[in-house]
Amino acid sequence: MLVNRKLILAHFWFAFAVFGVALTLGAWQMFIRSPIGTWLSNPELYYRSLTAHGTVMGYVFPTLVAMGFGYAISESALEQRLVGVRWAWAGFWLIVGGSIMAVIPIALGRASVLYTFYPPLIGNLFYYLGVVLVVVGSWIWVALMSINLRVWRKAHPGAPVPLAMFANVAGSYLWAWTAVGAALELLLQIIPVAAGLKATIDAGLARVFFSWTLHAIVYFWLMPTYIAYYTIVPRAIGGRVYSDNMARIAFILFLVVAMPIGMHHTFADPQVGAGFKFVHSAFTALVTLPTFLTVFTICASVEIAARLRGGRGMFGWIRVLPWDNPMMLALAFSFVMLGFGGAGGLINMSYQLDASIHNTQWITGHFHLIFGGAIVIMYFAIAYDLWPHLTGRELNDLRLIRTQLWLWFIGMIVTTFPWHWVGILGMPRRMAYFDFGDPAIAPQALSVTFSAIGGFILLASGILFLVILARGMRAPQAEAGSYRFAVAVHQSATVPVALNTHALWVALMIALTITNYGYPILTLATTEGTSVPAVYVGAQ
Amino acid sequence: MSARDLFTFRNPHFTRGVGITAAILIVTAIVGFIVLPFAQPWVQFANVWDAICSAAGVPQRLAGVAAPEQAKRLSEVVLTSHTLSRPSQEAIGRGATLAQRCAICHGPTGLSRADSPNLAGQYAAVIYKELHDFRSGARTNAVMSPFAVNLTDQEIADLSDYYAFLPRLPAYHPTPQLPKPSIVIYGAPMRGIAPCGSCHGSLDNKTGSPWLEGQSEAYLKAQLQAFASGERRNDISQQMRNIARAMTPQEIEQAAAYYASQPPDIVKAVD
Repeated sequence: MLVNRKLILAHFWFAFAVFGVALTLGAWQMFIRSPIGTWLSNPELYYRSLTAHGTVMGYVFPTLVAMGFGYAISESALEQRLVGVRWAWAGFWLIVGGSIMAVIPIALGRASVLYTFYPPLIGNLFYYLGVVLVVVGSWIWVALMSINLRVWRKAHPGAPVPLAMFANVAGSYLWAWTAVGAALELLLQIIPVAAGLKATIDAGLARVFFSWTLHAIVYFWLMPTYIAYYTIVPRAIGGRVYSDNMARIAFILFLVVAMPIGMHHTFADPQVGAGFKFVHSAFTALVTLPTFLTVFTICASVEIAARLRGGRGMFGWIRVLPWDNPMMLALAFSFVMLGFGGAGGLINMSYQLDASIHNTQWITGHFHLIFGGAIVIMYFAIAYDLWPHLTGRELNDLRLIRTQLWLWFIGMIVTTFPWHWVGILGMPRRMAYFDFGDPAIAPQALSVTFSAIGGFILLASGILFLVILARGMRAPQAEAGSYRFAVAVHQSATVPVALNTHALWVALMIALTITNYGYPILTLATTEGTSVPAVYVGAQ
Repeated sequence: MSARDLFTFRNPHFTRGVGITAAILIVTAIVGFIVLPFAQPWVQFANVWDAICSAAGVPQRLAGVAAPEQAKRLSEVVLTSHTLSRPSQEAIGRGATLAQRCAICHGPTGLSRADSPNLAGQYAAVIYKELHDFRSGARTNAVMSPFAVNLTDQEIADLSDYYAFLPRLPAYHPTPQLPKPSIVIYGAPMRGIAPCGSCHGSLDNKTGSPWLEGQSEAYLKAQLQAFASGERRNDISQQMRNIARAMTPQEIEQAAAYYASQPPDIVKAVD
């Protein structure tokens, strides 16, 4: 039951439109920095583009996809009209307004601070206010998801919450709490300086606040992907979810352990004690748990589909899977990229191993492979799956869709594998220019060239994606039926209260944030003499 | 299905969830705050509490260790991009009067014919810092130091505002404009040298860094050599000394010749 289709379509279209722009900027950046491009002689233009790319890809695009998908889940999984539609539109327009407000100073070269802010760099006030508006808009969505679930619970006392909605609300709570770190950094540290009320900033404390957001935000980006793994893929390929409870455990584990781990981004920072770094490192290791559970459950679910299609043998069933189905293809690509990206992530989170790749292109390769690869390819799949239900028109050029997914997969591998490699060789990240004529880095020129070619393959795939969706708006009308989610092999009539509600896990999430972040934040905030003069972008 | 049923030790999910989380936290805390600190053979701790404080990052002051005596004075000037950013007309006027004694070397219009720096339209923060450094002895020059030593804070600020106010004019170094050498726009990343142009103009300008277009070639070269030899040491955190030391003599000549041949950025002179 999808009633507010316009609302959901608006979220998706704005998300994908800005994604297209940011993707183009990304490809341009790779080109201009590679040996095949001619250096502009102006690093500022590069950082301007990089800031726009990161701000859109980090804050605007995934947030809007999660929101649009969240509204779709709320209406179709709960089978009730969305409560608070006006608020939802208000949230959407806040994000549109915030995005425009943030992008103007970036385009003018007044906020080339990168999306991670990097204090003591300070950009134009309106850039930060724009980001705040985007976050506030998304918090409206968080509240609406909670309210809609509450309304449904009242009407269905004691009934198990549909898995898709349970996971969706878990994702929204995770976002609500993880965004608090960046919000504190912006409101207490950066905005007072950007507004001219202060001239110094505690860069160390600001970095700790940002690490609060920076890691769990990735799991918020990941949520729609995992929801698609569990509740769309098995249905789309004709199988069933292996275990509903296992899925719930995976999502609550994300809620609990995604949060208190962000300091593995600050391993090289002197302002954080080594003990806390170790604790965060250990908890980061725990995040592999829900991912391993998911990989196991989804592989089992896919095997069920294969056996239902007559697959036999230990591995023979893999052959009979519906490989021409875009959803199957997207899942397989996503898992391959998740595997490589996740393995790289294990190196990043290890205190000692990190030292060899910290701040190198390895990191850039890692998060593009995980986010741009494993996560975003499932965003495409979600859009393809939902589109006929949103537009009331068919989306039947499967060959084009498969081509798009293949291109994205190949492009992402060609882009990120050489990035990892040059990172191991020591190439630093966040550099606008490399002089490949220097004999010391000349051997890396070939890898970087490949990487830039990968960027253009990704751009081609992104354009194809937008073309497919746009053509889907004009295709012949067709009734897609009601939007359904996958059901479990054993759909239990009751679910333990702990796996049907979020309160316990939200409480643990907050408790672990306090134990793992409380002391470092408190000492940094109360220690005198830790602030440094702000460095204003564009000021002499 | 109420909170009462959930948050109770009769609920096995609650007991296990909280128990396992707490156990993991305690184990990792013991390892991170006690076991690992003691596992470092090169660090000595007085007791367990000392190790915990160290691992937690408790800020500590090392007692009884005095800062080493500096053989020469270092710059004590603190600059932000707001330093002298809004000069008054009176300050500029006072500066103009004071500047008459500077004119013999730096020129009546702020343009030097004597291989001294051109000051017309230079950033106020730059002149402010150099005058302070000459006065304190962080930077020394046989000719300049006696002029600076008796200046008051107010006079330094006024002079800085006046020279920043003057329009930038083409200098007396009529050489053909040279192409940008590699050291100016690319630096030498493998030797840790940022491009000259990323702070001093041609690419970007940063707080505290002078723009260099049209300055005397001899002066620029002499300053780079002075930074390289350590004779000049008023650069904050050794920024310029580290760069100049790593530059080749050829690069020093290229950078100096390039900047001397450039016209000043006329557009910026009016803002």
